Amino acid sequence: MVEPISVDLVSLNLTSLAPMLIAVFGALAILCIDLINKNLHKSFYVMLTVLFLIVDLGAVIGYSGATRGFFDLMLIDGISILAQIIIIVASALFILLALSQQRFHEYRYPEYFALFLFMVAGFQFMVSSDNLILIFVGLETASMALYTMIAMHNRDKSLEAAIKYFTMGAFAAACFAFGVMIFYALTGSMELSQISASLVATNFEPFPVVLLGVVFITVALGFKLSLVPFHIWAPDVYEGASSAMAGYMSIVPKIAAFVVALRFFEIFVSADILWVEIMLYILVVITMTLPNIIALVQEDIKRMLAYSSISHAGFVMAAILLGTTQSTQGIFLYWALFMFTNLGAFAMLWVHRQKKLEGYATDHPFAKFSGLVKKSPMTASIMGLFMLSLAGVPPFSLFWGKMYIIGSAINADYIVLAVIMALNSAIAAYYYLKLVVYMFLKDPISNDKVEFLGNANHTLKTVIGISALVTISAIFFINPLLEIISYYVQVSGF
Amino acid sequence: MQYLLSILIFFPAVAAIMGFIVHKDSMRMYAITVTTIEFILSCILWYLFDSSNGGMQFMEFIPIIAEYGISYNLGIDGISLFLVIMTTFMTMIAVIGLTETRDLKNMLITVLFLEMTMVGVFVSLDAIIFYLFWELSLVPMLYIIGAWGGALRIYASVKFFLYTFMGSLMMLVGMLYLGYVYYATTGAWSFSLADWNMLLLPYNMQMWLFIAFFAGFAIKVPMVPFHTWLPYAHGQAPTIGSVILAAVLLKMGTYGFIRFSLPLFPDASVSMMIPMAILALIAIIYTAMVAYAQEDMKQVIAYSSVSHMGVIILGTFALNVEGIGGSIFLMISHGIVSGALFMLVGVLYDRRHTKMINEYGGIAAVMPRFAVVFGIMLMASVGLPLTIGFVGEFLSLLGFYKASPLITILAGLTIILGAVYMLVLYKKVFFGPVTNEKNKKLVDIKGREMAALVPLVALVVYFGVYPKPILEPVDNSVKQLVQTMYVKSVTPSAKEKIAEVNSIGEAR
Repeated sequence: MVEPISVDLVSLNLTSLAPMLIAVFGALAILCIDLINKNLHKSFYVMLTVLFLIVDLGAVIGYSGATRGFFDLMLIDGISILAQIIIIVASALFILLALSQQRFHEYRYPEYFALFLFMVAGFQFMVSSDNLILIFVGLETASMALYTMIAMHNRDKSLEAAIKYFTMGAFAAACFAFGVMIFYALTGSMELSQISASLVATNFEPFPVVLLGVVFITVALGFKLSLVPFHIWAPDVYEGASSAMAGYMSIVPKIAAFVVALRFFEIFVSADILWVEIMLYILVVITMTLPNIIALVQEDIKRMLAYSSISHAGFVMAAILLGTTQSTQGIFLYWALFMFTNLGAFAMLWVHRQKKLEGYATDHPFAKFSGLVKKSPMTASIMGLFMLSLAGVPPFSLFWGKMYIIGSAINADYIVLAVIMALNSAIAAYYYLKLVVYMFLKDPISNDKVEFLGNANHTLKTVIGISALVTISAIFFINPLLEIISYYVQVSGF
Repeated sequence: MQYLLSILIFFPAVAAIMGFIVHKDSMRMYAITVTTIEFILSCILWYLFDSSNGGMQFMEFIPIIAEYGISYNLGIDGISLFLVIMTTFMTMIAVIGLTETRDLKNMLITVLFLEMTMVGVFVSLDAIIFYLFWELSLVPMLYIIGAWGGALRIYASVKFFLYTFMGSLMMLVGMLYLGYVYYATTGAWSFSLADWNMLLLPYNMQMWLFIAFFAGFAIKVPMVPFHTWLPYAHGQAPTIGSVILAAVLLKMGTYGFIRFSLPLFPDASVSMMIPMAILALIAIIYTAMVAYAQEDMKQVIAYSSVSHMGVIILGTFALNVEGIGGSIFLMISHGIVSGALFMLVGVLYDRRHTKMINEYGGIAAVMPRFAVVFGIMLMASVGLPLTIGFVGEFLSLLGFYKASPLITILAGLTIILGAVYMLVLYKKVFFGPVTNEKNKKLVDIKGREMAALVPLVALVVYFGVYPKPILEPVDNSVKQLVQTMYVKSVTPSAKEKIAEVNSIGEAR
């Protein structure tokens, strides 16, 4: 006779689920409201979503120290809190972009907003666990929602993008599951801390099996982080998705995957496993360099930004390779700053969105923006600001992130890596400058069909304004930001 | 007046932001007023400056990123004082002499922003803040060249930006490394130059760091073979862009060598003395020859700039008080003279819209006043005694004579070669009969152009005859610099060498 399982509710520590439950509850609430009244304007749903996100954020900030719960499945530690803050803030900014001037197909469905909140919950689960199964579940919840949201943009290209992303994502998921399986077979555990302990105990033997496991997990994370050579889906998907969505995809799924990568590779980097380090090193260098070179020849701004986002991901991946406390701080500093700048840049494309742009092959060609400064000096200046910040020109925000990560590479004695990073920043400057050159230095083309700010309204302008303000005044809040980040990173022991 | 340096940095920036509101018809006067106030402020700085004190004055210190040791740290000494004054002065003159009419408001706002970054570079004592202003100065210059330049303006501006940006990133890596070394030695983060100057670095590390900083500075100077961006930038830039580029931006590189490379890496500087001198020598002779072969007036002056920057580098790496002091003086004088020459070419260009030498001839008969001013500037550029150009060039060469007489003699060719290409230029443009019909009706300089050029002529003569007001404060600060180098050098051979080139005994 099997013993009845009795679980004490207190031992579950339900509060460790609070933030995700808020998001899930919000999604369900949206679905229920839709049942009652079908004629609500999208602004209602957007604001409701933002409200739930704010409550969610409040719940996240409430934690301090590592909180465990649900049979140790949940682990809300410092880096999880930081990542959740970034996820929620980016999500709130993104969803405000839905209040665009033009009407788009996806925003007519309340399900879109429900899916969105489910996705946020998924990402929050992903970063708040060191159990590979829960990470997997979170990853898949979020990804499934994301695929659907991309497809709901309802253009041929969006459908193509969604299917492409889905296929690639399914493949990555399979790899992840396989990797998890191997580690379970090796160590008898799904918990990263226990996997780490038993791997260290066996001195990372048997080597071929460990290698296989690491490779599978790396491939899976590589897809999510769009590391070269697993990046091929990224430009097409970004191009197919709406600009706002593309900006979102370049930030939130990646920070979630970074946290998983950080937790996973920490096992190997802290044990100084040489072959893992070499593998990561090669991955990082290729991911930084190759997309940079491809981005040089892009004719479309969105594709250029897609490749540049890949390169930025490689830059931050380097911090995981370094594995020092400073580099971990660097990840969050960089990504928090990158969030505002990159989302701002994509939002700039979003406000210039034109339903039918005739005469060009893509939605946002460089040529469309030539001479923008003459037509709309303010937008040109702000876009230029974002480009200079992405290029790493001081004192704009991303320079400080770059400086911090290059600095941490130097402190960890990776001088060559630091030089490669610096050179890549110089290469990247060229294509960011290309847009600046088009906007400021070229003459406007006379084409009546091109319209600017067609999708702009006060909400969108406010979001961009916030991003621009953060980008320009970064120098004043880097210090407090670093203090917060280093507090959270240190309590979680990375 | 405790915050005078901050005021100096941010006054133009604030004025630039407010300039957006000023109506475009009044913009020129607004910019002239702002730059004049800025110049007066810098003169007040000179007045309050204690010349007998070789150390840093007007220090300001506000921590910005305390976690990482980055602070807003300003200060000025005899080395940077005159560079700041020269910057504000040349900006003022360039704005007064501005003849551009397209998008004047945007251009003037950009120039004011540029002035902020230039002053910032010269007074920052924190490496990261220095880097910040250094990089930021690229953006307005990119816009000036790219928006108001000639036919190849976009290529020229992007090349200028990328070339400099790449070099500076290498420098940034060096700076971060040095910050780390400081942390490893003392347990605290700092990017302050004063703190860094306490570090004694091993020789190998000095060499690597010297190379990293060299990448940033040498491209900016520019030293051969990193000079290829300069002729394009000058050739395509509008007059005001060329004036500021030649007068101030290039000096940032040589200033960087004196402020960073020499005191931080004394042993590496001693070992690099001869290699640097050879690079400088190549610049002096080779670019002088290239200048001779040019058909475009502006290119002649652009290449002559590279050539003269070679002399400045030579003086700097003489590593003695005469040489370094001379090179600083030469920076000031070259700023004034080359700025003036670019302005003079601009005057001709405004009238004829061509810079080709063969389009001119016999201008002296049509524009006598112009010819006189050009002649004086030309003499100063060549380095005729009793002009401002002579003092610096002579001291630089004198300084290096103690290190290597042979190289100095070869470098002395600068005066001869300079005379050759400048006088040939002068002959072709100003003398002979007026062959081109279009040149017969040219109007001589007057009004605004006169107001911009006369002060330059006055300075050229005044400081040529009596350079002491500049040389004395420079001397005091340079003596301290040389002493720092002597104390900080770790290898005995370097110590000996520094003592040897400073025969009068300043080092001890």
